[in-house]
Amino acid sequence: MLIRLENVTKIYKVGVEKIHALDGIDLEVGENEYVAVMGPSGSGKSTLMNLLGCLDRATSGTYKLAGKDTTRMGAGAMARVRNQQIGFVFQSFELLPRVNALKNVELPLIYSRNGGWWYRRQQSRSVLGHVGLTDRAKHRPNQLSGGEKQRVAIARALVCKPSILLADEPTGNLESKTSDGILALFDQLYREGQTIILVTHEESVARHTKRIIRMRDGKIQSDEPTRKGGESC
Amino acid sequence: MLGLLKSPFTFLRLLVQGVWLALGQIWANKIRSTLTTIGIVIGVASVTAVIAAVTGLKTKVLDEFETFGTNKIYIHTDRPEKGPLRNAWHLLRFKPEHFDGLLEHCPSVECFTRMCGYSRSVIYGERSLEIVQVRGIDPHWHKIESRHVILGRPFSVIDDTHSRQVCLVTPTMRDKLLLDRDCVGQAIVIGRRSFRIVGMIEERVESAMFGGGGSQEEVFIPFNTAWKLHRPRAWAIANSKSPEVSEDARAELRFFFRKTRHLKPEDPDTFRLDVIEQFVQEFKKISLIMTAVAGGIVGISLLVGGVGIMNIMLVSVSERTREIGLRKAVGARPSAILLQFLIEAVILCLFGGLIGVAFGQIMTIGISNIPNAEFLEKASIPLWAVGLAFGFSALVGVFFGMFPAVKAAQLDPIDALRHE
Ligand SMILES: Nc1ncnc2c1ncn2[C@@H]1O[C@H](COP(=O)(O)OP(=O)(O)OP(=O)(O)O)[C@@H](O)[C@H]1O
Ligand SMILES: [Mg+2]
Repeated sequence: MLIRLENVTKIYKVGVEKIHALDGIDLEVGENEYVAVMGPSGSGKSTLMNLLGCLDRATSGTYKLAGKDTTRMGAGAMARVRNQQIGFVFQSFELLPRVNALKNVELPLIYSRNGGWWYRRQQSRSVLGHVGLTDRAKHRPNQLSGGEKQRVAIARALVCKPSILLADEPTGNLESKTSDGILALFDQLYREGQTIILVTHEESVARHTKRIIRMRDGKIQSDEPTRKGGESC
Repeated sequence: MLGLLKSPFTFLRLLVQGVWLALGQIWANKIRSTLTTIGIVIGVASVTAVIAAVTGLKTKVLDEFETFGTNKIYIHTDRPEKGPLRNAWHLLRFKPEHFDGLLEHCPSVECFTRMCGYSRSVIYGERSLEIVQVRGIDPHWHKIESRHVILGRPFSVIDDTHSRQVCLVTPTMRDKLLLDRDCVGQAIVIGRRSFRIVGMIEERVESAMFGGGGSQEEVFIPFNTAWKLHRPRAWAIANSKSPEVSEDARAELRFFFRKTRHLKPEDPDTFRLDVIEQFVQEFKKISLIMTAVAGGIVGISLLVGGVGIMNIMLVSVSERTREIGLRKAVGARPSAILLQFLIEAVILCLFGGLIGVAFGQIMTIGISNIPNAEFLEKASIPLWAVGLAFGFSALVGVFFGMFPAVKAAQLDPIDALRHE
């Protein structure tokens, strides 16, 4: 199994109050799965994604990524996992405003150990081409449309060839037409063998995936394959 | 940081990357960066200027000492502060015979000259000069003062023993008295006595610090002649064989004079032996202290500059929290972030150091051109001071950049990304 969560909880303390953002999650995701995480606002979707992306640590429980327990990793090892195994796409793109698209895509490679200067440049170019932005390489983020920005962000997430692509509401800031393009890109990546987990509020987005996990109050409410050709639920 | 050192290529790459990032960052905030570095600029500019001034002063003074002769020992009578000899000037005065046998008893002394002097009027024909320094000297004086006879001859032993009324003049004197160009053999009147000129000696080298501006009007007569005529106060100058043995020579002289003056072991010295070398050492010490004090003051201004750097780096960290969060999210280790911000702080400081050294150079040029301050004309920034300035700037950068950099490195990626 690529991802295995066992009885994972995440508790935020706000003052004296304890918020159980995740409350005993058990989850397995295999290679080349295409998963949507759904649920009402505040149900813990983002918290789960951050845990999966090694951006955050669980309060209790274990998280094994490709067989390795991440729970006991130090900050440096976690950073390496984020760099090598995980591509994260944010709702608000999070591009560096002052550098061009190509440089944005190159960023994770700077912090990785593989490849020299030439490899980095070539790899960034080719991934940028893969998301269909060959002719936007020299553009700065403020010279790109929302969809293009998200494509750059996806290229950045893919540049280190991660085993999992995580996307927290990747189309949340985009209008539906642009969203369709992004989703088509995800579909294409999935067909190419990429494991993808994305968070969404919209059934129309979830319909692209092969498996839907529904959450409520920090718990997994249901976890079933996507029903084709009709409303799930 | 240790992890980085284990993979030197990653470290190198991050270093180069960090330098570019920092330059970009500084360029993007040109005005802010410049204002931030003002503290460093002032600190470095003043330290380099002060060091330049002190160095220039030192070079100048040591040069002066050099022309003065570093193996000279001045021998003067000295009144003890207490005891029966306290007021006995007449008993303590040097007499010509007090120096007999000196060379035999002081092997480290190469030669010596007895000295005495007074001022008199000098007349030749219609011309007269009112106050002229008349010096009684021994023949070795030429060697000790390195002022040689350029015309005619020096005094002979017979001139001295017979107290002949002969004299040596300088070109200035010759011109002022309207003597012949080759004035050897002419007679002048010194204090109503007629002296025959036997030679001419080199002019005194003008010294900016010692006896500068003194009169160039001087005539020289044999020591014994001067002594016989006026019995003036006498002293002596001895030359040690080399500057290295000047302390030995001094000890030998002390022993010699204590013996010849019949001083008992408990008696204080009734003479004084001054060595130029001792002033040189003294001066070197003083200039070192001056440099250190200046360095201390400047250190404080660098400290103030460093606080400015720390402040702006803290601002920078909080402005770029999201960026830091993103970098961490894509795999930057804490050490990489730390390095990035440290480099930025160091480059800011080095930038300040560069401007500071440039200003320091301008100030130094200004200092060395201050009119009527010849002792500063040799002011220049030594290379080690430039190195020191940059070294200190970098150190200030590392020291004051550390706190903001650690703060950035320890940011939690999620919190950082959520930062508005
Ligand atoms: N840093 C935090 N400190 C305290 N509570 C938090 C923090 N982050 C999230 N929470 C709480 O944890 C719960 C889950 O939040 P989470 O962001 O995972 O929800 P979500 O499912 O992503 O919601 P949305 O659909 O609105 O993005 C919420 O109740 C939220 O208030
Ligand atoms: Mg969310």
